[in-house]
Amino acid sequence: MIRSAHRTRRSRRAAGAAAVVVLALGGCSASGTDSAGDAPSGTLTVFAAASLKESFTALGERFEKEHPGTEVTFNFGGSDALAAGITNGAPADVFAAASTRTMRLVTDAGDTAGEPSTFARNRLEIATVPGNPHRIGSLRDLAAPGLKVVLCDRAVPCGAAARTALTADGVDLTPVSYEQDVKSALTKVALREADAAVVYRTDVRAAGDKVQGVQFPESAEAVNAYPIARLDNAPNPAAAKAFVALVRSPEGRAVLSEAGFSAP
Amino acid sequence: MTESTVPHDAGQPGRTAAPGLDARLVVDRGAFRLDIALTAAPGDVVALLGPNGAGKTTALRALAGLTPLTAGHLRLDGAELHRTPPEARPVGVVFQDYLLFPHLTALDNVAFGPRCRGAGKAEARARAAEWLDRMGLAGHAGARPRHLSGGQAQRVALARALAIDPRLLLLDEPLAALDARTRLEVRARLRRHLAAFEAVAVLVTHDPLDAMVLADRLVVVEHGRIVQEGAPTDIARHPRTEYIAQLVGLNLYRGHADGHTVRLDAGPAVSTTEDLSGPAFVAFPPGAVTLYRDRPTGSSARNLWRCRVAGLETHGDQIRAELTGELSLAADLTTVAAAELDLHPGAPVWAAVKAAQTHAYPA
Amino acid sequence: MTSGPAAPRTARPRPPGRGVPLALLAPALLGLAFLLVPLLALLVRAPWRSLPEQLTSPEVWQALRLSLFCATAATALSLVVGVPLAWLLARTEFRGRGLVRALVTLPLVLPPVVGGVALLLALGRNGVVGQYLDAWFGISLPFTTAGVVLAETFVAMPFLVISVEGTLRAADPRFEEAAATLGASRFTAFRRVTLPLIAPGVAAGAVLAWARALGEFGATITFAGNFPGRTQTMPLAVYLALQNDPAAAIALSLVLLAVSVAVLAGLRDRWMRTA
Repeated sequence: MIRSAHRTRRSRRAAGAAAVVVLALGGCSASGTDSAGDAPSGTLTVFAAASLKESFTALGERFEKEHPGTEVTFNFGGSDALAAGITNGAPADVFAAASTRTMRLVTDAGDTAGEPSTFARNRLEIATVPGNPHRIGSLRDLAAPGLKVVLCDRAVPCGAAARTALTADGVDLTPVSYEQDVKSALTKVALREADAAVVYRTDVRAAGDKVQGVQFPESAEAVNAYPIARLDNAPNPAAAKAFVALVRSPEGRAVLSEAGFSAP
Repeated sequence: MTESTVPHDAGQPGRTAAPGLDARLVVDRGAFRLDIALTAAPGDVVALLGPNGAGKTTALRALAGLTPLTAGHLRLDGAELHRTPPEARPVGVVFQDYLLFPHLTALDNVAFGPRCRGAGKAEARARAAEWLDRMGLAGHAGARPRHLSGGQAQRVALARALAIDPRLLLLDEPLAALDARTRLEVRARLRRHLAAFEAVAVLVTHDPLDAMVLADRLVVVEHGRIVQEGAPTDIARHPRTEYIAQLVGLNLYRGHADGHTVRLDAGPAVSTTEDLSGPAFVAFPPGAVTLYRDRPTGSSARNLWRCRVAGLETHGDQIRAELTGELSLAADLTTVAAAELDLHPGAPVWAAVKAAQTHAYPA
Repeated sequence: MTSGPAAPRTARPRPPGRGVPLALLAPALLGLAFLLVPLLALLVRAPWRSLPEQLTSPEVWQALRLSLFCATAATALSLVVGVPLAWLLARTEFRGRGLVRALVTLPLVLPPVVGGVALLLALGRNGVVGQYLDAWFGISLPFTTAGVVLAETFVAMPFLVISVEGTLRAADPRFEEAAATLGASRFTAFRRVTLPLIAPGVAAGAVLAWARALGEFGATITFAGNFPGRTQTMPLAVYLALQNDPAAAIALSLVLLAVSVAVLAGLRDRWMRTA
């Protein structure tokens, strides 16, 4: 996969004392480490949409601390590419997609264990160069002549969402490029090659001060639901279950909200 | 019949305006150092002769401007060419393997030089056609080099070098790439072309026969230095080093052939194995000469001459005897044989050479 | 198999003991299979039934036309600057030549996406050079067809330079010396003697560069973006089709494959055989 980031978090050789502290903070019962039956251990492989990179990486670290002996490996990428990988037999435990349509590809193939559940929602936002020199305040402003706007390609979720919002608002916009994913759309603005992009709020947040976000009301028309599911042939079902639980827990929600996601 | 082994001094005054070549070539290349002086008048054909690695080709490249001089000077018809790039020198080169441009026809190869030196396309081609015609190659103007025979390619290379009207013509082993049969014919032709060339020609060869046939003057180079120079016959008679004695020692005569006999301009006739007619050269090495105190009887040698010892020179365990009489020639024999024959200057001897050991070829 | 009147009636016998050794044959066949099986898989899984429909869509031809145009333009650009660069590397001596050669080959090891970002930083609207192109000439290269050509040139030219430099090193430099003695300046010697002599090597390098440019994806989409008819070449179309319509992606890939095989086979016959 061309744009996928593959990261491995080695389990920390945390001192026992530190583990105890973390367990106390996390509010988990200590039974997880005691009962041999479903104590998560070993390697957990999570395929997740690229937009989840920051929040899931943080959750992965927490997971490893809460469950010593586990190691979480992420494969971040375009949801569709990940789904294609899973349906073709890639060994993964958990799949978190950026759209229900993509998740359906996997459920239709019978590769999920149980029903997928929505754990977060993402909204569109306009990313402009810092200071918003073109004073963009709405989707309609993007159609101004001479303005270089990039959108995601229709084939990827952020592009489909942007198209829905633009259509709802009746804006006829010709971008300079249909980017292959949300990160490259954002990069064009961060490098100031484009004046604005329509991307997810989480991506604007993740880009820090390299871009400036502009919220617009029409984004409510195109809210993306993020479903998560354990996979049928997961090599590590116990850890998969625990990870999904962590993502859906108040703790997980807090991390996701920090990254710009809304509650499901 | 003069010989000079002392290199000319670098900047002799009064010679700068002289026509022809006046050069002192010094090229340092690591452990090897070439240091030779060359002078030649227009019309001269000078052969640089020497063993492999003697520095002959380096000297040629220095004359052409392809190898820079470390020191010395290079004047051609009074003009200093030391710092002139090769493309601006009035110097034509015939390379050892000719280096005809394989993608161009014979005509375009020859027209290349005139074209580069400012002639228009039509004019350059007309001149090239003229040169090919002079070389007897008019019918091969459209041929690519790979379709030419070795002899034809050599002539195209010569035409290409001459087409720029050089004031100095350089030939690097002009016959080395040819087989023995072609060599004879090409050598005779080349000799005529060189004789007709009015500027200076310098050729490099390791073959003493080529050098003697083609050149008026030999310059023998060993280890980057001139060890001897002079007229071919002179050097053959008086070799000054072992190398020259062994390689350059050659009895060479001009004459008129009629069948298996060549009547020499110098007097007697020589029987040969070759069947020729017209002007011809005859050559045989001094080692092929057998000497007798008395006229041999029953000898199969038909080339028998009455001579007198003019001089004796010792080279290692070999003695070279210089003979005069019916025919002037050099003969090599061992010190033992010389003692048995009681050779001394003025002693009368009979000299014999088998026809099979002579070598005749058209002049 | 008979060759001439004296040939025996049976097939000409092979010299004894000159068969292909298994130690070479086995890995050779394995290598061939490794290269061919993925291509065969494409053919096997191709949506033959819907193929005519896929291929009649104007977007396909638009992308193909753009791909062919851009790859050819990138090859031409590579020739114009790459051949002289190869000559410089092969025929002149200067300090740091080894370093320059290493830098020239850098795009070969650089991930193309990084190459695209580097091009943006250099030639983008706010790039090191690009800001002046924009301010002085009003030229902005990203998101344009010219940008596609530049991105492809950046990735493809090293193939040409390396190939031509190798040919130049193998070519006899004495032909240039012969030209010099005939009065040719170094440039004339290069143009009239060296270039025709190394033509087969230049052609081979150009074919390599063209093929590389035709398949270029990362640098193109990063530097020039993706807009149908302007910057969306076939590989971009294939990648995006793969997102939600794998059948269409396979169809597009087949078109790209067929065209490249046809062109490469045609060129090989015409140019390489004369080498």
